[in-house]
Amino acid sequence: MLDLIAPYFERLYDTTGLNFSPFYDSYDWSRLLEGMLVSVKLIAAIVAVSLVIGVIGAGAQTSRLRPVRWCVAAYIEIFRNTPPIVQLLFFYFGLGAITPQVDMGGWYEPMIGSFGWAVIAIGIFGGSYNVEIFRSGVEAVPTATTEAAESLGFSNFKIFVYITLPLAFRFCLPALTNNIVSLAKTASLAYVIAVPEITYSLSGIWSDNVNVPEMMLLLFTYYIVLVAIIAKAMALLERKLALPGYGQ
Amino acid sequence: MTPSENWTPDQPIVALRDVHKSFGTFEVLKGIDLTVMKGEVVCIIGPSGSGKSTLIRTINGLTPVTRGSVQVEGQEVHDGNLDKLALRRKVGIVFQQYNLFPHRTVLQNVMMAPLLVLRENRKEVEARARELLAKVQLHGKENAYPAELSGGQQQRVAIARSLCMRPDVMLFDEVTAALDPETVGEVLLTIKQLAADGMTCILVTHEMGFAREISDRVYFTDAGRICESGPPASLFDNPQDPRTQEFLSKVL
Ligand SMILES: Nc1ncnc2c1ncn2[C@@H]1O[C@H](COP(=O)(O)OP(=O)(O)O)[C@@H](O)[C@H]1O
Ligand SMILES: [Mg+2]
Repeated sequence: MLDLIAPYFERLYDTTGLNFSPFYDSYDWSRLLEGMLVSVKLIAAIVAVSLVIGVIGAGAQTSRLRPVRWCVAAYIEIFRNTPPIVQLLFFYFGLGAITPQVDMGGWYEPMIGSFGWAVIAIGIFGGSYNVEIFRSGVEAVPTATTEAAESLGFSNFKIFVYITLPLAFRFCLPALTNNIVSLAKTASLAYVIAVPEITYSLSGIWSDNVNVPEMMLLLFTYYIVLVAIIAKAMALLERKLALPGYGQ
Repeated sequence: MTPSENWTPDQPIVALRDVHKSFGTFEVLKGIDLTVMKGEVVCIIGPSGSGKSTLIRTINGLTPVTRGSVQVEGQEVHDGNLDKLALRRKVGIVFQQYNLFPHRTVLQNVMMAPLLVLRENRKEVEARARELLAKVQLHGKENAYPAELSGGQQQRVAIARSLCMRPDVMLFDEVTAALDPETVGEVLLTIKQLAADGMTCILVTHEMGFAREISDRVYFTDAGRICESGPPASLFDNPQDPRTQEFLSKVL
Protein backbone atom coordinates (compact mmCIF):
# COMPACT_ATOMS: atom_id res chain seq x y z
CA MET A 1 0.00 0.00 0.00
CA LEU A 2 2.62 2.49 1.11
CA ASP A 3 4.89 1.40 -1.78
CA LEU A 4 2.20 2.41 -4.21
CA ILE A 5 1.64 5.93 -2.97
CA ALA A 6 5.11 6.75 -1.59
CA PRO A 7 6.67 7.93 -4.90
CA TYR A 8 3.81 10.35 -5.49
CA PHE A 9 3.99 11.91 -2.01
CA GLU A 10 7.78 12.08 -2.11
CA ARG A 11 7.56 13.98 -5.40
CA LEU A 12 4.82 16.18 -3.94
CA TYR A 13 7.16 17.06 -1.06
CA ASP A 14 10.08 17.72 -3.41
CA THR A 15 8.13 19.87 -5.83
CA THR A 16 5.71 21.75 -3.55
CA GLY A 17 7.09 21.40 -0.05
CA LEU A 18 3.84 19.77 1.14
CA ASN A 19 5.10 17.16 3.56
CA PHE A 20 2.67 14.28 4.05
CA SER A 21 5.36 12.21 5.73
CA PRO A 22 3.07 9.29 6.77
CA PHE A 23 2.44 8.60 3.08
CA TYR A 24 6.03 7.89 2.19
CA ASP A 25 7.83 7.29 5.46
CA SER A 26 7.15 3.83 6.83
CA TYR A 27 7.71 4.84 10.46
CA ASP A 28 5.22 7.74 10.23
CA TRP A 29 2.89 5.48 8.25
CA SER A 30 2.86 2.98 11.11
CA ARG A 31 2.32 5.79 13.62
CA LEU A 32 -0.66 7.01 11.61
CA LEU A 33 -2.19 3.52 11.35
CA GLU A 34 -1.61 2.90 15.04
CA GLY A 35 -3.25 6.21 15.89
CA MET A 36 -6.26 5.43 13.72
CA LEU A 37 -6.59 1.97 15.24
CA VAL A 38 -6.47 3.30 18.80
CA SER A 39 -8.94 6.04 17.88
CA VAL A 40 -11.43 3.56 16.43
CA LYS A 41 -11.02 1.22 19.41
CA LEU A 42 -11.46 4.11 21.78
CA ILE A 43 -14.64 5.31 20.06
CA ALA A 44 -16.07 1.79 19.93
CA ALA A 45 -15.39 1.28 23.64
CA ILE A 46 -16.82 4.68 24.57
CA VAL A 47 -19.98 4.10 22.53
CA ALA A 48 -20.40 0.63 24.04
CA VAL A 49 -20.04 1.96 27.59
CA SER A 50 -22.43 4.83 26.88
CA LEU A 51 -25.06 2.46 25.44
CA VAL A 52 -24.90 0.13 28.43
CA ILE A 53 -25.20 3.08 30.81
CA GLY A 54 -28.06 4.46 28.73
CA VAL A 55 -30.11 1.25 28.93
CA ILE A 56 -29.42 0.71 32.63
CA GLY A 57 -30.06 4.36 33.46
CA ALA A 58 -33.33 4.46 31.51
CA GLY A 59 -34.40 1.31 33.37
CA ALA A 60 -33.35 2.77 36.73
CA GLN A 61 -35.33 5.91 36.01
CA THR A 62 -38.52 3.87 36.10
CA SER A 63 -37.57 2.38 39.47
CA ARG A 64 -40.10 2.45 42.25
CA LEU A 65 -37.37 3.57 44.66
CA ARG A 66 -37.18 7.32 44.79
CA PRO A 67 -33.47 7.48 45.77
CA VAL A 68 -32.58 5.46 42.66
CA ARG A 69 -34.46 7.87 40.38
CA TRP A 70 -32.87 10.71 42.25
CA CYS A 71 -29.36 9.39 41.64
CA VAL A 72 -30.02 8.98 37.91
CA ALA A 73 -31.38 12.52 37.70
CA ALA A 74 -28.35 13.90 39.54
CA TYR A 75 -26.00 11.94 37.28
CA ILE A 76 -27.67 13.34 34.17
CA GLU A 77 -27.61 16.90 35.49
CA ILE A 78 -23.94 16.76 36.48
CA PHE A 79 -22.61 15.17 33.32
CA ARG A 80 -24.70 17.11 30.87
CA ASN A 81 -23.99 20.46 32.46
CA THR A 82 -20.23 20.31 32.84
CA PRO A 83 -17.61 20.30 30.07
CA PRO A 84 -16.46 16.82 29.06
CA ILE A 85 -12.83 17.88 29.29
CA VAL A 86 -13.29 18.82 32.94
CA GLN A 87 -14.87 15.42 33.52
CA LEU A 88 -11.98 13.69 31.81
CA LEU A 89 -9.37 15.56 33.83
CA PHE A 90 -11.36 14.89 36.99
CA PHE A 91 -11.36 11.16 36.35
CA TYR A 92 -7.76 10.93 35.18
CA PHE A 93 -6.05 13.19 37.68
CA GLY A 94 -8.64 13.14 40.43
CA LEU A 95 -9.64 9.49 40.61
CA GLY A 96 -6.55 8.22 38.81
CA ALA A 97 -4.40 9.49 41.67
CA ILE A 98 -6.20 7.40 44.24
CA THR A 99 -6.59 4.14 42.30
CA PRO A 100 -4.12 1.42 43.30
CA GLN A 101 -0.98 0.62 41.35
CA VAL A 102 -0.29 -2.91 40.21
CA ASP A 103 3.04 -4.68 40.37
CA MET A 104 4.16 -5.47 36.82
CA GLY A 105 7.17 -7.48 38.01
CA GLY A 106 9.61 -4.82 39.04
CA TRP A 107 7.81 -1.68 38.00
CA TYR A 108 4.43 -0.29 38.90
CA GLU A 109 1.62 0.74 36.62
CA PRO A 110 -1.70 2.31 37.48
CA MET A 111 -4.53 -0.20 37.48
CA ILE A 112 -6.41 1.90 34.96
CA GLY A 113 -4.34 3.51 32.21
CA SER A 114 -5.09 6.65 30.24
CA PHE A 115 -7.04 4.64 27.63
CA GLY A 116 -9.17 3.11 30.38
CA TRP A 117 -9.87 6.47 31.99
CA ALA A 118 -10.81 8.01 28.65
CA VAL A 119 -13.30 5.18 28.03
CA ILE A 120 -14.74 5.53 31.52
CA ALA A 121 -14.96 9.32 31.55
CA ILE A 122 -16.24 9.92 28.02
CA GLY A 123 -18.43 6.79 28.19
CA ILE A 124 -20.12 8.12 31.31
CA PHE A 125 -20.46 11.53 29.68
CA GLY A 126 -22.12 9.99 26.60
CA GLY A 127 -24.24 7.74 28.79
CA SER A 128 -25.87 10.74 30.43
CA TYR A 129 -27.28 11.70 27.04
CA ASN A 130 -28.21 8.13 26.15
CA VAL A 131 -30.31 7.75 29.31
CA GLU A 132 -32.53 10.58 28.13
CA ILE A 133 -32.54 9.32 24.56
CA PHE A 134 -33.59 5.79 25.58
CA ARG A 135 -36.13 7.13 28.04
CA SER A 136 -37.85 9.16 25.33
CA GLY A 137 -37.78 6.07 23.10
CA VAL A 138 -39.41 3.95 25.80
CA GLU A 139 -41.99 6.65 26.43
CA ALA A 140 -42.86 6.68 22.74
CA VAL A 141 -43.96 3.02 22.90
CA PRO A 142 -47.75 3.15 23.25
CA THR A 143 -49.12 1.68 26.49
CA ALA A 144 -51.81 0.07 24.37
CA THR A 145 -49.15 -2.05 22.65
CA THR A 146 -47.56 -3.27 25.87
CA GLU A 147 -51.02 -3.82 27.31
CA ALA A 148 -51.86 -6.08 24.38
CA ALA A 149 -48.77 -8.15 25.21
CA GLU A 150 -49.74 -8.17 28.88
CA SER A 151 -53.20 -9.48 28.04
CA LEU A 152 -51.58 -12.28 26.02
CA GLY A 153 -49.77 -13.41 29.15
CA PHE A 154 -46.35 -11.80 28.58
CA SER A 155 -44.45 -11.19 31.82
CA ASN A 156 -43.10 -7.69 32.43
CA PHE A 157 -39.64 -8.89 31.51
CA LYS A 158 -40.83 -10.41 28.22
CA ILE A 159 -42.79 -7.26 27.42
CA PHE A 160 -39.61 -5.24 27.92
CA VAL A 161 -37.39 -7.54 25.86
CA TYR A 162 -39.73 -8.39 22.99
CA ILE A 163 -41.94 -5.32 22.68
CA THR A 164 -40.67 -2.20 24.46
CA LEU A 165 -36.96 -2.49 23.68
CA PRO A 166 -37.20 -3.23 19.94
CA LEU A 167 -39.71 -0.43 19.43
CA ALA A 168 -37.95 2.08 21.69
CA PHE A 169 -34.66 1.38 19.92
CA ARG A 170 -36.23 2.16 16.56
CA PHE A 171 -37.89 5.32 17.87
CA CYS A 172 -34.65 6.69 19.32
CA LEU A 173 -32.29 5.75 16.48
CA PRO A 174 -32.09 9.26 14.95
CA ALA A 175 -31.22 10.83 18.32
CA LEU A 176 -28.83 7.98 19.06
CA THR A 177 -27.02 8.55 15.76
CA ASN A 178 -26.49 12.19 16.71
CA ASN A 179 -25.06 11.23 20.06
CA ILE A 180 -22.75 8.57 18.66
CA VAL A 181 -21.36 11.02 16.11
CA SER A 182 -20.94 13.57 18.87
CA LEU A 183 -19.13 11.00 21.03
CA ALA A 184 -16.80 10.06 18.16
CA LYS A 185 -15.75 13.71 18.09
CA THR A 186 -15.55 14.07 21.86
CA ALA A 187 -13.29 11.01 21.99
CA SER A 188 -10.52 13.22 20.56
CA LEU A 189 -10.27 14.85 24.01
CA ALA A 190 -8.41 11.72 25.10
CA TYR A 191 -5.41 13.48 23.51
CA VAL A 192 -5.02 15.65 26.61
CA ILE A 193 -4.35 12.65 28.81
CA ALA A 194 -1.95 11.20 26.25
CA VAL A 195 -4.03 8.34 24.90
CA PRO A 196 -2.08 7.40 21.74
CA GLU A 197 -5.02 7.99 19.41
CA ILE A 198 -4.92 9.81 16.10
CA THR A 199 -4.39 13.37 17.32
CA TYR A 200 -1.64 12.19 19.63
CA SER A 201 0.07 10.18 16.86
CA LEU A 202 -0.12 13.06 14.42
CA SER A 203 1.25 15.47 17.00
CA GLY A 204 4.24 13.14 17.32
CA ILE A 205 4.65 13.23 13.56
CA TRP A 206 4.34 17.00 13.21
CA SER A 207 6.78 17.69 15.99
CA ASP A 208 9.35 15.48 14.22
CA ASN A 209 8.71 16.83 10.71
CA VAL A 210 7.43 20.34 11.36
CA ASN A 211 4.49 19.73 9.02
CA VAL A 212 1.65 20.96 11.23
CA PRO A 213 -0.68 22.27 8.48
CA GLU A 214 -0.44 19.07 6.46
CA MET A 215 -1.11 16.89 9.51
CA MET A 216 -4.01 19.14 10.54
CA LEU A 217 -5.48 18.64 7.09
CA LEU A 218 -5.06 14.90 7.54
CA LEU A 219 -6.75 15.06 10.93
CA PHE A 220 -9.72 16.96 9.51
CA THR A 221 -10.03 14.47 6.66
CA TYR A 222 -9.85 11.56 9.08
CA TYR A 223 -12.77 12.86 11.13
CA ILE A 224 -14.85 13.80 8.11
CA VAL A 225 -14.48 10.29 6.70
CA LEU A 226 -15.04 8.65 10.08
CA VAL A 227 -18.21 10.61 10.80
CA ALA A 228 -19.48 9.93 7.27
CA ILE A 229 -18.95 6.20 7.83
CA ILE A 230 -20.76 6.25 11.18
CA ALA A 231 -23.67 8.23 9.72
CA LYS A 232 -23.90 5.86 6.75
CA ALA A 233 -23.81 2.78 8.98
CA MET A 234 -26.54 4.19 11.22
CA ALA A 235 -28.65 5.13 8.20
CA LEU A 236 -28.34 1.55 6.93
CA LEU A 237 -29.34 0.23 10.34
CA GLU A 238 -32.30 2.58 10.41
CA ARG A 239 -33.41 1.41 6.98
CA LYS A 240 -32.97 -2.24 7.95
CA LEU A 241 -35.07 -1.80 11.08
CA ALA A 242 -37.72 0.40 9.48
CA LEU A 243 -41.25 -0.91 9.96
CA PRO A 244 -42.92 -1.24 6.55
CA GLY A 245 -45.88 1.08 6.31
CA TYR A 246 -45.43 2.41 9.83
CA GLY A 247 -45.96 6.12 10.45
CA GLN A 248 -47.08 6.88 6.90
CA MET B 1 -55.29 -21.13 37.19
CA THR B 2 -56.74 -24.57 37.17
CA PRO B 3 -60.49 -24.17 37.36
CA SER B 4 -61.43 -23.91 40.98
CA GLU B 5 -62.13 -27.30 42.58
CA ASN B 6 -65.86 -26.88 42.65
CA TRP B 7 -66.39 -25.13 39.31
CA THR B 8 -68.32 -27.12 36.75
CA PRO B 9 -69.20 -26.02 33.20
CA ASP B 10 -72.85 -25.60 34.15
CA GLN B 11 -71.88 -22.73 36.45
CA PRO B 12 -71.16 -19.24 35.11
CA ILE B 13 -67.81 -19.10 33.28
CA VAL B 14 -67.58 -15.38 34.09
CA ALA B 15 -69.24 -13.91 37.15
CA LEU B 16 -69.02 -10.32 38.37
CA ARG B 17 -70.56 -9.52 41.75
CA ASP B 18 -70.93 -6.00 43.06
CA VAL B 19 -67.87 -4.77 41.18
CA HIS B 20 -66.78 -1.24 42.04
CA LYS B 21 -63.94 0.66 40.44
CA SER B 22 -62.70 4.14 41.23
CA PHE B 23 -59.98 6.16 39.56
CA GLY B 24 -58.95 8.42 42.43
CA THR B 25 -62.18 9.78 43.81
CA PHE B 26 -64.06 9.18 40.55
CA GLU B 27 -66.21 6.07 40.76
CA VAL B 28 -66.48 4.56 37.29
CA LEU B 29 -68.13 1.25 38.19
CA LYS B 30 -70.77 1.43 40.90
CA GLY B 31 -71.67 -2.16 41.63
CA ILE B 32 -71.80 -4.33 38.54
CA ASP B 33 -73.40 -7.77 38.57
CA LEU B 34 -73.07 -9.86 35.46
CA THR B 35 -72.89 -13.58 34.79
CA VAL B 36 -72.05 -15.35 31.57
CA MET B 37 -72.46 -19.05 30.89
CA LYS B 38 -70.13 -21.09 28.73
CA GLY B 39 -70.93 -20.57 25.04
CA GLU B 40 -73.05 -17.49 25.67
CA VAL B 41 -72.68 -14.28 23.71
CA VAL B 42 -73.25 -11.18 25.76
CA CYS B 43 -73.27 -7.59 24.52
CA ILE B 44 -72.74 -4.52 26.64
CA ILE B 45 -74.14 -1.30 25.26
CA GLY B 46 -74.37 2.19 26.66
CA PRO B 47 -73.25 5.78 26.23
CA SER B 48 -69.54 6.45 26.02
CA GLY B 49 -67.92 7.13 29.35
CA SER B 50 -70.38 4.84 31.12
CA GLY B 51 -67.57 2.44 32.11
CA LYS B 52 -67.93 -0.30 29.48
CA SER B 53 -64.21 -0.55 28.73
CA THR B 54 -63.35 -0.48 32.41
CA LEU B 55 -65.88 -3.23 33.03
CA ILE B 56 -64.58 -5.52 30.32
CA ARG B 57 -60.95 -4.92 31.36
CA THR B 58 -61.63 -6.09 34.91
CA ILE B 59 -62.49 -9.52 33.52
CA ASN B 60 -58.94 -10.31 32.39
CA GLY B 61 -57.34 -8.38 35.23
CA LEU B 62 -56.02 -5.47 33.13
CA THR B 63 -57.87 -3.06 35.41
CA PRO B 64 -57.89 -3.97 39.11
CA VAL B 65 -61.21 -3.57 40.92
CA THR B 66 -61.68 -1.47 44.02
CA ARG B 67 -64.31 -3.72 45.55
CA GLY B 68 -66.37 -6.77 44.63
CA SER B 69 -65.55 -10.04 42.96
CA VAL B 70 -64.71 -11.10 39.42
CA GLN B 71 -64.53 -14.82 38.81
CA VAL B 72 -63.48 -16.70 35.70
CA GLU B 73 -64.19 -20.43 35.85
CA GLY B 74 -64.71 -20.07 39.56
CA GLN B 75 -61.32 -18.43 40.15
CA GLU B 76 -61.14 -14.99 41.71
CA VAL B 77 -59.35 -12.68 39.24
CA HIS B 78 -58.49 -9.92 41.69
CA ASP B 79 -56.68 -12.01 44.21
CA GLY B 80 -53.01 -11.65 45.03
CA ASN B 81 -52.43 -15.37 44.58
CA LEU B 82 -53.90 -15.47 41.10
CA ASP B 83 -51.76 -17.05 38.41
CA LYS B 84 -51.99 -14.20 35.89
CA LEU B 85 -50.66 -16.28 33.04
CA ALA B 86 -53.30 -18.94 33.54
CA LEU B 87 -55.99 -16.24 33.51
CA ARG B 88 -54.62 -14.68 30.33
CA ARG B 89 -54.55 -17.95 28.46
CA LYS B 90 -58.22 -18.46 29.33
CA VAL B 91 -59.41 -14.94 28.50
CA GLY B 92 -58.52 -13.25 25.22
CA ILE B 93 -59.18 -9.57 24.54
CA VAL B 94 -59.40 -7.55 21.34
CA PHE B 95 -59.14 -3.77 21.54
CA GLN B 96 -60.62 -0.92 19.57
CA GLN B 97 -57.20 0.10 18.21
CA TYR B 98 -56.03 -3.48 17.33
CA ASN B 99 -52.71 -2.87 19.15
CA LEU B 100 -50.71 -5.27 17.00
CA PHE B 101 -46.93 -5.47 17.43
CA PRO B 102 -45.75 -3.17 14.62
CA HIS B 103 -42.26 -4.69 14.40
CA ARG B 104 -43.51 -8.22 13.77
CA THR B 105 -45.18 -9.70 10.70
CA VAL B 106 -48.78 -10.84 10.76
CA LEU B 107 -47.75 -14.47 11.26
CA GLN B 108 -45.27 -13.56 14.00
CA ASN B 109 -47.90 -11.46 15.76
CA VAL B 110 -50.15 -14.50 15.94
CA MET B 111 -47.37 -16.93 16.93
CA MET B 112 -45.55 -14.84 19.50
CA ALA B 113 -47.60 -15.48 22.62
CA PRO B 114 -47.96 -19.27 22.21
CA LEU B 115 -44.21 -19.50 21.54
CA LEU B 116 -42.92 -17.13 24.21
CA VAL B 117 -45.56 -17.46 26.87
CA LEU B 118 -46.79 -21.03 26.52
CA ARG B 119 -43.48 -22.30 25.09
CA GLU B 120 -45.32 -24.51 22.65
CA ASN B 121 -43.76 -26.35 19.74
CA ARG B 122 -42.99 -23.97 16.87
CA LYS B 123 -44.30 -26.25 14.12
CA GLU B 124 -47.61 -26.77 15.89
CA VAL B 125 -48.00 -23.08 16.65
CA GLU B 126 -47.22 -22.11 13.08
CA ALA B 127 -49.73 -24.60 11.68
CA ARG B 128 -52.36 -23.30 14.07
CA ALA B 129 -51.54 -19.66 13.29
CA ARG B 130 -51.79 -20.22 9.53
CA GLU B 131 -55.08 -22.01 9.98
CA LEU B 132 -56.46 -19.15 12.08
CA LEU B 133 -55.29 -16.55 9.57
CA ALA B 134 -57.04 -18.46 6.82
CA LYS B 135 -60.15 -18.61 8.97
CA VAL B 136 -60.20 -14.81 9.37
CA GLN B 137 -59.70 -14.48 5.59
CA LEU B 138 -56.10 -13.28 5.75
CA HIS B 139 -54.53 -16.03 3.71
CA GLY B 140 -51.59 -14.52 1.79
CA LYS B 141 -50.98 -11.73 4.33
CA GLU B 142 -48.81 -13.82 6.65
CA ASN B 143 -45.61 -11.94 5.88
CA ALA B 144 -47.07 -8.44 5.75
CA TYR B 145 -46.41 -5.98 8.55
CA PRO B 146 -49.41 -4.60 10.47
CA ALA B 147 -49.01 -1.08 9.10
CA GLU B 148 -49.35 -2.46 5.57
CA LEU B 149 -52.88 -3.70 6.29
CA SER B 150 -56.25 -1.96 6.42
CA GLY B 151 -57.88 -1.41 9.79
CA GLY B 152 -60.29 -4.28 9.24
CA GLN B 153 -57.45 -6.62 8.31
CA GLN B 154 -55.43 -5.56 11.35
CA GLN B 155 -58.40 -6.17 13.59
CA ARG B 156 -58.80 -9.68 12.18
CA VAL B 157 -55.10 -10.32 12.86
CA ALA B 158 -55.72 -9.18 16.44
CA ILE B 159 -58.60 -11.66 16.72
CA ALA B 160 -56.43 -14.47 15.32
CA ARG B 161 -53.64 -13.48 17.71
CA SER B 162 -55.97 -13.86 20.68
CA LEU B 163 -57.46 -17.10 19.39
CA CYS B 164 -54.04 -18.68 18.95
CA MET B 165 -53.80 -18.82 22.76
CA ARG B 166 -56.92 -21.03 22.63
CA PRO B 167 -58.91 -19.00 25.15
CA ASP B 168 -62.20 -20.09 26.72
CA VAL B 169 -63.62 -16.57 26.75
CA MET B 170 -63.16 -13.73 24.27
CA LEU B 171 -63.61 -10.06 25.17
CA PHE B 172 -64.20 -7.49 22.43
CA ASP B 173 -64.03 -3.80 23.29
CA GLU B 174 -65.64 -1.76 20.52
CA VAL B 175 -63.56 -3.60 17.97
CA THR B 176 -65.25 -1.97 14.99
CA ALA B 177 -65.38 1.58 16.34
CA ALA B 178 -62.14 2.67 14.65
CA LEU B 179 -62.84 1.00 11.31
CA ASP B 180 -63.90 2.39 7.98
CA PRO B 181 -67.57 1.51 7.39
CA GLU B 182 -66.72 -0.85 4.53
CA THR B 183 -64.46 -3.01 6.71
CA VAL B 184 -66.76 -3.22 9.72
CA GLY B 185 -68.72 -6.05 8.11
CA GLU B 186 -65.74 -8.37 7.65
CA VAL B 187 -64.80 -8.07 11.33
CA LEU B 188 -68.37 -8.62 12.50
CA LEU B 189 -68.57 -11.67 10.27
CA THR B 190 -65.45 -13.09 11.91
CA ILE B 191 -66.96 -12.61 15.35
CA LYS B 192 -70.22 -14.12 14.22
CA GLN B 193 -68.43 -17.27 13.04
CA LEU B 194 -66.60 -17.46 16.32
CA ALA B 195 -69.84 -17.22 18.26
CA ALA B 196 -71.38 -19.87 16.03
CA ASP B 197 -68.45 -22.16 16.87
CA GLY B 198 -69.48 -21.92 20.52
CA MET B 199 -66.93 -19.42 21.83
CA THR B 200 -68.03 -17.52 24.92
CA CYS B 201 -68.00 -13.86 23.87
CA ILE B 202 -68.43 -10.64 25.82
CA LEU B 203 -68.68 -7.66 23.52
CA VAL B 204 -68.87 -3.94 24.04
CA THR B 205 -70.36 -2.57 20.87
CA HIS B 206 -72.12 0.33 19.26
CA GLU B 207 -73.40 -1.85 16.42
CA MET B 208 -76.97 -2.28 17.63
CA GLY B 209 -78.10 -4.41 14.71
CA PHE B 210 -75.20 -6.74 15.30
CA ALA B 211 -75.84 -6.87 19.06
CA ARG B 212 -79.45 -7.77 18.47
CA GLU B 213 -78.55 -10.47 15.99
CA ILE B 214 -75.70 -12.13 17.82
CA SER B 215 -76.32 -11.88 21.54
CA ASP B 216 -78.07 -14.17 23.94
CA ARG B 217 -78.28 -11.32 26.41
CA VAL B 218 -77.75 -7.56 26.23
CA TYR B 219 -76.70 -5.32 29.10
CA PHE B 220 -77.32 -1.60 29.04
CA THR B 221 -74.92 0.42 31.20
CA ASP B 222 -75.10 4.05 32.21
CA ALA B 223 -72.90 5.96 34.65
CA GLY B 224 -71.21 2.85 36.03
CA ARG B 225 -74.37 0.82 36.61
CA ILE B 226 -76.24 -1.81 34.68
CA CYS B 227 -79.64 -0.24 34.20
CA GLU B 228 -81.28 -3.03 32.33
CA SER B 229 -80.49 -6.39 30.82
CA GLY B 230 -82.37 -9.03 28.93
CA PRO B 231 -82.66 -10.97 25.70
CA PRO B 232 -82.05 -8.66 22.73
CA ALA B 233 -85.61 -8.80 21.46
CA SER B 234 -87.11 -7.52 24.69
CA LEU B 235 -84.35 -5.00 25.47
CA PHE B 236 -84.35 -3.44 22.03
CA ASP B 237 -88.09 -3.60 21.31
CA ASN B 238 -89.48 -3.05 24.75
CA PRO B 239 -86.96 -1.26 26.98
CA GLN B 240 -88.24 -0.65 30.50
CA ASP B 241 -85.70 1.79 31.95
CA PRO B 242 -86.13 5.42 30.80
CA ARG B 243 -82.33 5.73 30.29
CA THR B 244 -82.34 2.70 28.00
CA GLN B 245 -85.30 4.15 26.12
CA GLU B 246 -83.55 7.47 25.71
CA PHE B 247 -80.26 5.88 24.58
CA LEU B 248 -81.94 3.57 22.09
CA SER B 249 -84.06 6.37 20.67
CA LYS B 250 -80.81 8.19 19.88
CA VAL B 251 -78.84 5.34 18.36
CA LEU B 252 -81.46 3.26 16.58
N1 LIG C 1 -57.04 4.90 33.68
C1 LIG C 1 -57.99 5.81 33.96
N2 LIG C 1 -57.76 6.83 34.81
C2 LIG C 1 -58.69 7.74 35.10
N3 LIG C 1 -59.91 7.73 34.57
C3 LIG C 1 -60.23 6.76 33.72
C4 LIG C 1 -59.29 5.74 33.35
N4 LIG C 1 -59.87 4.89 32.49
C5 LIG C 1 -61.14 5.36 32.31
N5 LIG C 1 -61.36 6.47 33.05
C6 LIG C 1 -62.60 7.22 33.10
O1 LIG C 1 -63.64 6.32 33.41
C7 LIG C 1 -64.81 6.64 32.71
C8 LIG C 1 -65.30 5.42 31.97
O2 LIG C 1 -64.37 5.11 30.97
P1 LIG C 1 -64.56 3.85 30.01
O3 LIG C 1 -64.62 2.64 30.85
O4 LIG C 1 -63.48 3.93 29.01
O5 LIG C 1 -65.98 4.15 29.37
P2 LIG C 1 -66.59 3.62 28.00
O6 LIG C 1 -65.75 2.50 27.51
O7 LIG C 1 -67.97 3.22 28.36
O8 LIG C 1 -66.60 4.78 27.06
C9 LIG C 1 -64.47 7.80 31.80
O9 LIG C 1 -64.96 8.98 32.37
C10 LIG C 1 -62.97 7.82 31.76
O10 LIG C 1 -62.50 9.13 31.64
MG1 LIG D 1 -64.62 2.28 25.77
